[in-house]
Amino acid sequence: MENRWAIETKKLKRSFGHIDALNEINLKVPYGSFLTIFGPNGAGKTTLIKILSTLIKTSSGNAFVNGIDVAEGGEKIRSKIGLISHNTFSYNNLTPYENLKFYGKLHGLSNLETRIEELLNEVDLSQRRRDPVRTFSRGMQQRLAIARAMLNNPSIIFLDEPYTGLDQHATKILTGILKKLHTAKNTIIMTTHNLKQGLEVSDQVIIMAFGKIVFQKPVPEIISEEFEQIYFDCVEKRK
Amino acid sequence: MSYLLSAYGFLLLIMIGYIVRVNLKCGRLVKEAGCLSNDQKSISKLDSSKARLCLIGFALLFISVALYMALIWSPDAKGEPATYRIIYFHVAAAFMSYVGFFITFAGSILYLWKRDLRFDRWAKVGADLGVHFCALMIITGMIWGKQRWGAWWIWEPRLTLALVLLVIYVGYLILRHVMENPVTTARYASVYGIIGFIDVPLVHYSIKLWGKIMHPVVTDGGKNSGLAPEMMLTLEVSIIAFLIVFAAMYIIRLHVDSLEANLSRCRT
Amino acid sequence: MKKYFKDVSAIVWKDTLSEFRTREMLISMFMLAVLILIIFIFSIHLGKVKAIDVAPGVLWIAIIFAGTIGLNRSFLNEKENDCIFGIMSMPIDRSAIYFGKMTGNFIFMTIMEIFIFPVFIVFFNLPIQNIPGIVLITFLGTLGFTACGTLLSAMSAASAKLRYMLPVLLYPLILPVVIAAVQSTGALLYGKQIADIMSWLKLLIAFDIIFISVSFLIFEYTLEE
Repeated sequence: MENRWAIETKKLKRSFGHIDALNEINLKVPYGSFLTIFGPNGAGKTTLIKILSTLIKTSSGNAFVNGIDVAEGGEKIRSKIGLISHNTFSYNNLTPYENLKFYGKLHGLSNLETRIEELLNEVDLSQRRRDPVRTFSRGMQQRLAIARAMLNNPSIIFLDEPYTGLDQHATKILTGILKKLHTAKNTIIMTTHNLKQGLEVSDQVIIMAFGKIVFQKPVPEIISEEFEQIYFDCVEKRK
Repeated sequence: MSYLLSAYGFLLLIMIGYIVRVNLKCGRLVKEAGCLSNDQKSISKLDSSKARLCLIGFALLFISVALYMALIWSPDAKGEPATYRIIYFHVAAAFMSYVGFFITFAGSILYLWKRDLRFDRWAKVGADLGVHFCALMIITGMIWGKQRWGAWWIWEPRLTLALVLLVIYVGYLILRHVMENPVTTARYASVYGIIGFIDVPLVHYSIKLWGKIMHPVVTDGGKNSGLAPEMMLTLEVSIIAFLIVFAAMYIIRLHVDSLEANLSRCRT
Repeated sequence: MKKYFKDVSAIVWKDTLSEFRTREMLISMFMLAVLILIIFIFSIHLGKVKAIDVAPGVLWIAIIFAGTIGLNRSFLNEKENDCIFGIMSMPIDRSAIYFGKMTGNFIFMTIMEIFIFPVFIVFFNLPIQNIPGIVLITFLGTLGFTACGTLLSAMSAASAKLRYMLPVLLYPLILPVVIAAVQSTGALLYGKQIADIMSWLKLLIAFDIIFISVSFLIFEYTLEE
């Protein structure tokens, strides 16, 4: 059977002790779409991303990424995805080149050198390739993180609050790259607090609150002026 | 004789103190849980202090039988001062500490496997009781040693092993104490509970290689065990009495912990 | 399987490269070890005590305390910028992280030991003999220490409070390593042969095998959230 969904979850639950971070999430994301997840802190956005990128386990229910069950095909899934978080995952004592080389090795990539050069050019870091990451600004570090996530040409990309702490320049570069990836038919799942930014780039949005999906709509059907009101209605209704 | 009485006095004091403390805490928690709505409450027979007292009384009954047998009924040992009678409870306490630590090991494995915090509570209570009994074993051993060897402490293999066990499991309890998130605590404690228990035979073997055997072996069951049949019977009764006390404490302590978990769940 | 070794060596490569760039950790490990030797020498009056009797114990205390610095740093580096999640999001087996970090810790400790041994020999005026035996003991002892320590340091990096608890949790567990290493180092310094310390060697090997295989099985649980 042909698998149509990049992401599919069925009654996905995850609890930390007696707190349910995710409560019966049913989500289907087709290939090539750009989904943005909004929601207040503690809504379960990060938990969802972490489960889908196989960093943590489910409590019950199923989640499929690329048609593979996250409970079984951890390594298979991880080789097909890229993960960008508000933390950069970069080693401060190493140069960008070495950082990428390390992660490239873990991906088991061949002709790593050319790929790294390519990526460093793309994120505009090739001038600083010999400097240790600790001297970088937050925006530069985040650009390096983008390059790192792109190493394996992922078909599904997860972004967890990628805009946090970025200056305008880095924000512009990130948005540009995201748009480019989207046109190239990659599936992108992003969480953010920034409603405007999220609406601008994505073609589908959901709002999460208290571990549940409370709103789901394709972007063209949303009037962006009203969205803020919708968001607050959704989030506060649940209290 | 004074050594003997002080050993038993100390032992009973710690045991009864522990029971009273846990029982009081249990009563307090039950009262607090009274504020919860009925569907949040988990009703248990142990919620009534009468039931708890019955359980404790039943256990203490056995202890007093064992006490009578150990102090009065069992015959004097040839060539040993009266303090030899410490060993009845000393050996029983040692057994109980091993039981407690084994429960910790089993609970840890079950938790990592099933991910149910209930198993983590099993492990926690096992370690807590194990540490108490281990301390009892060391203290009674020391009192006996002072009489027999003329020193409170000798770096003798079994004493040393008991000390190391105590340190490992006190570490386990400290690990639990400093962590805040109950799920991470359970996971880390389980890992430590497993490697701690696996480490025990290695520690035992290394200490045995390191020291000379000075400790009398009483439970090897052979002809040279040096115990008259009455003594053997007293020892067995002591161990059974301790097992019952252990079980009673364990059940009540577990109830306290699940009450606590339930309360914190309802508060959030 | 080949990929597994490559993953492990990639982590080792990254750790050693990162450490050799600053050498902060190696220097502080070595200095702590030297200071421990000095402090002990002040506390035991070498004129009255036979150096050879106390030296092995002092040496291993120095090695273990200094090694604890390395273990503490080990997963802290991964906490910085949440790198551990970066590694975990790579297509590798979780246990490869354990072996990578363990090998890294082992290498750092071995380097520190190579430097501390001459200092030790000089400070205590010890005869240079039985080098292969001492190398073997140190190898096995350090392996056991890092096998157990890496597992615990993965946990202790999670919270600041637990970080201070690492020695409290680690030292009781590695007691067999300490006893075996100290006793057999002492025996070798007294001129005994490797055949005489066979039971200690067996104990060390058993410890290493048990702790490496147990850690291999349960390391995963120290990482996930």
